[in-house]
Amino acid sequence: MKGLKKQLERIKPHFMPGGKLSSLRSVYDGFETFLFTPNETAGVKGAHIHDANDSKRTMIIVVLALLPCFIFGMYNTGYQHWIATGASEFPFWDLMLYGFLAVLPRVIVAYAVGLGIEFVVAQWRGEEIQEGFLVTGILIPMICPVDIPLWMLAVATAFSVIFVKEVFGGTGFNILNVALVTRAFLFFAYPRQMSGDSVFVPTEPMFGFGGKAVDGFTGATPLGEISTATSQEQVANITADWYDAFIGLIPGSFGETSTLCILIGAAILLFTGMASWKVMLSAFAGGLAMGAVVHAFPSATYPVSYISAFDQMLYGGFAFAVVFMATDPVTGARTETGKWIYGALVGVMAILIRSYNSGYPEGAMLAVLLMNVFAPLIDYCVVQANVSRRLRRAKTSVRS
Amino acid sequence: MHIKIKKGLDINLQGVAAKPQSVSGLAQVMPELVAVYPDDFPGFVPKVSVKEGDTVKAGDPLLFHKLNPEIKLVSPVSGTVKAVVRGERRKIIRVEVVPEPASAQDRLMFAPAADFKTAIMNSGLWCMMRQRPYDVVPDPSKQPRDIFVTAFDSSPLAPHLELAVADADAELAAGVQALKALTAGKVYICVPEGTPLKPVAGAEWVTVSGPHPCGNPGPQIAAVAPVNKGETVWTLDIVTLSKIGQLAMKKSVSPVGIVTVAGPEVAHPEYVKTVAGADVASLLKGRMNAVDGKRRVISGSVLTGESVGENGFLHYPYRQISVIRDGSDVDEFMGWANPGFNKLSTKRSVLGHFFGRRRFSPDARINGGHRAMILSGEYDRVLPMDIMGEYLVKAILSRDIDRMEQLGIYEVAPEDFALPEFVDTSKLELQKIVREGLDYLRREVE
Repeated sequence: MKGLKKQLERIKPHFMPGGKLSSLRSVYDGFETFLFTPNETAGVKGAHIHDANDSKRTMIIVVLALLPCFIFGMYNTGYQHWIATGASEFPFWDLMLYGFLAVLPRVIVAYAVGLGIEFVVAQWRGEEIQEGFLVTGILIPMICPVDIPLWMLAVATAFSVIFVKEVFGGTGFNILNVALVTRAFLFFAYPRQMSGDSVFVPTEPMFGFGGKAVDGFTGATPLGEISTATSQEQVANITADWYDAFIGLIPGSFGETSTLCILIGAAILLFTGMASWKVMLSAFAGGLAMGAVVHAFPSATYPVSYISAFDQMLYGGFAFAVVFMATDPVTGARTETGKWIYGALVGVMAILIRSYNSGYPEGAMLAVLLMNVFAPLIDYCVVQANVSRRLRRAKTSVRS
Repeated sequence: MHIKIKKGLDINLQGVAAKPQSVSGLAQVMPELVAVYPDDFPGFVPKVSVKEGDTVKAGDPLLFHKLNPEIKLVSPVSGTVKAVVRGERRKIIRVEVVPEPASAQDRLMFAPAADFKTAIMNSGLWCMMRQRPYDVVPDPSKQPRDIFVTAFDSSPLAPHLELAVADADAELAAGVQALKALTAGKVYICVPEGTPLKPVAGAEWVTVSGPHPCGNPGPQIAAVAPVNKGETVWTLDIVTLSKIGQLAMKKSVSPVGIVTVAGPEVAHPEYVKTVAGADVASLLKGRMNAVDGKRRVISGSVLTGESVGENGFLHYPYRQISVIRDGSDVDEFMGWANPGFNKLSTKRSVLGHFFGRRRFSPDARINGGHRAMILSGEYDRVLPMDIMGEYLVKAILSRDIDRMEQLGIYEVAPEDFALPEFVDTSKLELQKIVREGLDYLRREVE
């Protein structure tokens, strides 16, 4: 390690202002702080000791929590493809390899585009590179259909990193969740490619690996099928396999199908305290409550109302959005009371949109984005309660 | 009355000084040099009343307050003024006095004053008090609503203050009587649960339990009767109270106080007796570990103190010297991936968290980079007041006076943000931010 440190110190002058590589200073800084913990010490006056947790560790924990979903996503991508090809045997490592090959280019593109922009902006502002995109970069491929064209992913990532994050001042200042805006951008900019049956299951071989889908195959997600169902029986047939949905062996966006893996991720986040249990709990409660209300008034016009509140939790991106998106501390509610309200409304809105908007079979994404917009308002009300409590106290004090 | 502080954090550090039975047997450290720093007393605008080479008696004024010349800072020892050290634009940094040998027993004596309030101001004890709002030396023209005396310091490695006043019942009672003359309200004495101290006549006796910062006046006032806009509350510690009592009873004050010299880098952590402003070198002599890497000598606690170096001086509130590793000479490879068994953290992402009862030896590294606020609710967990810390800090940063007032800036002092600064993942310098906010507000409002 000493040798590596020496090497870094040796090349450092080139990257400092005036050096021949000074235009890559942010890149150098990024790598240096990644490799060696910065040994900046506390100032002369103030707290001289600091908690060992920093934002790098925070982000790494979130990525760690996403890994079970990611790994399962690789398996499921392969599995869905094998089904599409009409196979009857499912060799584990082949499935994993196929899924890996399918997702790898997306991960590379998301990170290359996003981190590239971050490095440029950090260099331009003369700031240290921030690690917020570590999480965003892995979230993006996980919430998008795996078959999405790479150029679309690149455009969407660039759009949301620049217009949702950097123009507001970078990590910590964005109003909307960057990964979700990427997804929303794709959905609204390329609706034909992003909805329907064609995107969720890859039908072509990846880098020559895998087969071709059989003719007439449709890779619709269960929620997609339900939204076009015409009778209660049809819906009941689909949700009869709820166990598959829990494990995650259903078509869907790459990382969001397995409720089991999402729960493992949730456990990691809650155990380490990196996400708010209040948001998660209230969002699930809100979702269940709204699901129960919807289910209490079944209607053929809105076939989603045929599925039970419990099944609502398993299908689509609901669980993933609640655990990994709604809990983003930057874009969610920041006050403790606000977290309850915010979480509950995310749950309610997700089910509401999903059930009563027949053109749009998934509501979690829009629900979280909508509540991102309202989170500052919720916080404002909570803070205002503190303010008026203080005012009241001052008044009684004057009287007495 | 009993108050129970729920939020907060006790930080277990290595190198705790064992609590002695009494102060009488403690070693007395005679400093080679003492210094008075006017910057230790926010709101005090210093003018020098001595020059280099002057001979001073213990209790003679060294500095006075430009806006109210009766408020003085006095020499804790008899001796010779060695230097008036000035910084940029001739700002007074400190006044150094070389003590005469064996002068540490000299009691502080003062010229007679018109009334007792003036006597406190002349004695330098006035500057040992603080006023909320603004956390400054009290403005004598304002009558305080209440006066809060804290009888303990809950900071890491801090001394048990009640030791210093163990046999001072009469002085405490006299001090309370003197303070009661200065307020129409009450004098509260906040003591830790199970204290050996006996209630003092005339004062409201408040027992406090809970983790640090339960010994800070901020949470105590917040729990008893928060400061509202337009109100003034004074705070002081019980040692200052007993000295005010001495002043009332004997017209003179003992210069000696108890100080802990402690911390992971101190080989023999212990309580000592010394005078205010003693030089650190005298205090550390023979008590340090053999040198192994850079060290940071802090005058005060690791949460609120000032890094003074081994040639520095003991600063207000003259209670402790903490020595920890500096850490700027450490290269840690991929520290963010280190499980952190021996690291101090409130988060379960750092495995050291699970050894919370173990004593730690953290260094002064901030353990990360400065970021915008990312995680939410971190401050609230260790800020036991009805204050929305995050929002108040944002209001201060945007210099929004109305919002600062609405969010309760009049109730806080920088030290209330010491634990939030420790836990902050984004490594913001919260105490500095709050100090600047209070100073800004005072300039704009008054």
